[in-house]
Amino acid sequence: MIIVENLHKSFGEDHILKGISTSFEKGKTSLVIGQSGSGKTVFIKCLLGLITPEEGTIDFDGKIYSQLNSNEKRELRQEIGMVFQGSALFDSMTVEGNVMFPLNMFTQQSQSEKEDRVNFVLKRVNLVDAHHKYPAELSGGMQKRVAIARAIVMNPKYLFCDEPNSGLDPKTAILIDNLIQEITKEYDIITVINSHDMNSVMEIGEKIVFLQHGEKAWEGTKEDIFKTDNEAVTSFVYSSELFKKVRQMYLEERT
Amino acid sequence: MVKEVFKKPTKWPIMKSLIFKEIDELIFNSLGIIVFISLFIGGVVTIQTALNLENPLIPVSLIGFATRQSVVLEFAPTFTSIIMAGKVGSYITSSIGTMRVTEQIDALEVMGVNSLNYLVFPKIIAMLLYPFAIAIAMYMGILGGWMAGVWGNFTSSADFIEGLQMDFDPYHVTYSFIKTLVFAFVIATVPSYHGYFMKGGALDVGKASTTSFVWTSVVIIILNFILTQLLLG
Repeated sequence: MIIVENLHKSFGEDHILKGISTSFEKGKTSLVIGQSGSGKTVFIKCLLGLITPEEGTIDFDGKIYSQLNSNEKRELRQEIGMVFQGSALFDSMTVEGNVMFPLNMFTQQSQSEKEDRVNFVLKRVNLVDAHHKYPAELSGGMQKRVAIARAIVMNPKYLFCDEPNSGLDPKTAILIDNLIQEITKEYDIITVINSHDMNSVMEIGEKIVFLQHGEKAWEGTKEDIFKTDNEAVTSFVYSSELFKKVRQMYLEERT
Repeated sequence: MVKEVFKKPTKWPIMKSLIFKEIDELIFNSLGIIVFISLFIGGVVTIQTALNLENPLIPVSLIGFATRQSVVLEFAPTFTSIIMAGKVGSYITSSIGTMRVTEQIDALEVMGVNSLNYLVFPKIIAMLLYPFAIAIAMYMGILGGWMAGVWGNFTSSADFIEGLQMDFDPYHVTYSFIKTLVFAFVIATVPSYHGYFMKGGALDVGKASTTSFVWTSVVIIILNFILTQLLLG
């Protein structure tokens, strides 16, 4: 379990995170949602250790990040998989090279063991014929699959995704969302997704944390989101006509 | 930054392949431009020296002497380093800067890789071969001078070679190589700093490359003055 308590972060005069507390459970896909500028990216970067918060604690299954020494932090990071918004694949490496990279860096496995593992994860993300292609030769959806494969190749305990389906068409976005959820269940990992895509919320949001102006304005499940009266959440979630109608239909069905 | 570069080293087999890749990229891929520039600079130095020798009492062999001194002491180490600050420096800044913009550096950090060691250390080690490139620049500069002097009928081959051997002090070559090693470190680290710590998008990668070229050149010129004062003064 990841437990976040009273997280504060400022950049100069701008107080970006204002005392966020929440938790993320094993085997569940949790979504952090909010408008652009609400502090989602800073929040996830704090969880990843890329940004140091001024106040607050982040507890990874009993290990409080700020209390770990640099070696312990490095060990913890090897248990984390991350899918970046732009995939962040290494341009100079092939798909196989990208996925094999963490194995080369942190394991003593033989070449054939590494190849077997790479083949396995690439098959798992439904990418079987792209081993020798470079990231520039792949579509956005394929790049995301490679990024997911790279993130899970070390069998991580924690998977973080920063807007994993941004820039993808709706069909591919749903495929990526479902793939992340399947992997979360299959490997029983803690998955935290940063998103402002309401399709993702409805598709895979088992726990939703809504951030507004750097504060946690609401949290609940995707079922709760239909029932909530929290104005900040409803104005964000139901900003499109389509979702307004979906909510209306849901509420009518219940009454 | 430099302290971080030498901390938490990357596994040796991976580092070895990175170093060879950087040697190829930074040194071998620069040899063409170094040979081209050195040949012509040597030729120009010879022609200008020859055209300024109007007094018949001054021996013609001075052309070879002046070419050797100019090329070995200044043109090969300093002029070539300024060119390399543009060629190699902008490559380093733009490649690391692009990795920063596209979150590849964040990806390395999240995995637990010391990104500074992974990205900058191989470049510093590769640049230890820079004196080899400068030795070629010296040779080609003098060859260019000989070609311009002899084929342009400014001097005979015998006079030019006599000038080359006149009052030769091996310490001048040592001085040049000491300068070159310092410049190599500057060319590897200053552009890396500008790439690694850049902020913004693709446009800012271009700006960072320009800024890094300016700063690398400024640092080289200032260090050139200080080292000359220390080693020859």
